[in-house]
Amino acid sequence: MQNQRANPAFFAVIALLVFMSVGPVLLMFANSFKLDVDIISGTSGLLFLPTIQNYETALCDVLWYEPEHLDFCSLKFGGAFINSIIIALVSTVLTLVIGSMAAYALVRFRFMGRDTVSITTLMVRMVPPAVLLVPVFGLWNNEFCLDKDGLIGGAIRDSFGGRGDVCLAGTHSGIILIYVAMNLPFVIWILQSFIVQVPRSLEEAARVDGAGPFQVFFKVVLPLIKPGLAAAAIFTFRIAWNEYLLASALSDRNTKTVPILIVNNMSEFNVEWGVIMATGMLLAIPPIIFTLLASRQIITGMTAGAVKG
Amino acid sequence: MSIARVNRLSPYMFMAPAMVIMAIALLYPLGYMIWGSFRDWNPSQSIGEAEFVGLKNYITLWNDPNFRESIGVTLRFAFFVVSIEMVLGVGLALLLDRDIRGMSVLRTMFILPMMIAPVVVGLMWRYMYHPTIGTFNRFLESIGLPKVDWLGDYALTSIIIADIWQWTPFIFILSLAALQSLPRSALEAARIDGATPWQQIWHIKLPLMMPVLIVTGLLRLIDAFKVLEVILVMTNGGPGLSTEILALRISRTATEFRELGVAAAMSNYLLILLLLLTVAMFAFTRIQEARAARVRAAAEEAS
Repeated sequence: MQNQRANPAFFAVIALLVFMSVGPVLLMFANSFKLDVDIISGTSGLLFLPTIQNYETALCDVLWYEPEHLDFCSLKFGGAFINSIIIALVSTVLTLVIGSMAAYALVRFRFMGRDTVSITTLMVRMVPPAVLLVPVFGLWNNEFCLDKDGLIGGAIRDSFGGRGDVCLAGTHSGIILIYVAMNLPFVIWILQSFIVQVPRSLEEAARVDGAGPFQVFFKVVLPLIKPGLAAAAIFTFRIAWNEYLLASALSDRNTKTVPILIVNNMSEFNVEWGVIMATGMLLAIPPIIFTLLASRQIITGMTAGAVKG
Repeated sequence: MSIARVNRLSPYMFMAPAMVIMAIALLYPLGYMIWGSFRDWNPSQSIGEAEFVGLKNYITLWNDPNFRESIGVTLRFAFFVVSIEMVLGVGLALLLDRDIRGMSVLRTMFILPMMIAPVVVGLMWRYMYHPTIGTFNRFLESIGLPKVDWLGDYALTSIIIADIWQWTPFIFILSLAALQSLPRSALEAARIDGATPWQQIWHIKLPLMMPVLIVTGLLRLIDAFKVLEVILVMTNGGPGLSTEILALRISRTATEFRELGVAAAMSNYLLILLLLLTVAMFAFTRIQEARAARVRAAAEEAS
């Protein structure tokens, strides 16, 4: 048959495609091990002396030794990396728990307002982060605050210090809140198609055995939709980990995430390519690992998300 | 009695956390933004102190040539990105829809670009487009061609290429999935009737894939309006306004020019544009479902 014939042109096309999609990533990987001198002089491609100096510069605030080539540690990459991990992990877990519960309610129960809820969810999925920038900036700084003279606000201010009211902006929770809200519509949408496939008879059997609705959900339904949860988790993590715009509006010096750090270093006139590539590589590594480990779940999630309009 | 009440309340208990979070962090901000768009509002004021100016922000924007230019750039970007990605993605899916060993490895490599942070994608391409040390110009130089000012004269084309690199695999994966779930019987019948490969593609495969393709295209179109970080890192909207898409202009108006009211009005224009697209997509899926239901009903009646 025609399909089975080994066609050299066909394999050439595949090789070209792989080269095009992976090439830029490999290029960045290689450059992150080069000195700036080598990058700029452009001694050809693969012949260079690899150095971890760029990574040392990037991670200087968490290294246990002092890199020789540095006088002063200006790039606080380690701290930003920890912020990114906290924010991405907490918001992913919260989104999954809250989102799967909502998806379950939408699939399994008939209740008043169900259609409104599901249409609203679908609509807010289309809202771009840029549109949220203005209101979130205003609200998080001015409205979502605890009065400094109030009971809780006063207690927080006394223990953490600072002037003025205690606001959501500049805290981890502020960024986590907007990420959870942003990702919820997508997670609810994608998990619905997985929950529909759980046989009702299993849930009824559990209920006959005396399990309450929450027990049924957490002990019977959740374990059965693990593939869906994995897919949703990867997509949520990816957005929370990669997001720049809202984080840059909401974070302060201590809650910066990695994308902000990279953009701040890029916009300076004299770009240190080696260091910037090393930070970029460090930011890209977690998603790359996920892709290699769980590509099947990613593809399932993508198709479930798009086909079920 | 109490069990019955628990059952009636339980959907609300399951929905409550999601509803509360979406209400305070999505719907309330959107309402706040619409309210703020009628005000002359700068970041140091709370919204109550800002002066009410009615539709002034909207009218100013409507007559602002820079804003129109920005809409034009956004629409051009979205149009070229989506149409080129659709053609390439579907074409590749048709080409690679056969049993090859290692297809799953290939797919893993293809989805890599989508998973990497937009900021990093922008960084990679900014390096490759660099006028003197960039990969492309080095290559052109080494084969004796003149250098190209990628992020200068051809800035819009360059960001379109970067976006195509990142998102064509999305279309490819989805159309491959659609292709592989086509009914085998229709393809067999066509082959037995002597249809050439081209005829099979034009008259059988593409029409059967159409519903998935349209949804995919619309999803991609909506996402094309969200692209911001890649462009921010690569060109920051320049040179001039040539790559300043609407999302980027909103963020610059809010953070650099500190005109929150104008930025809010601009966000509303963008939302209206997206709302139209969403409604189109929603209506389309409804029509599709209705047609499928009619066909099924007709088939049942016939049998």
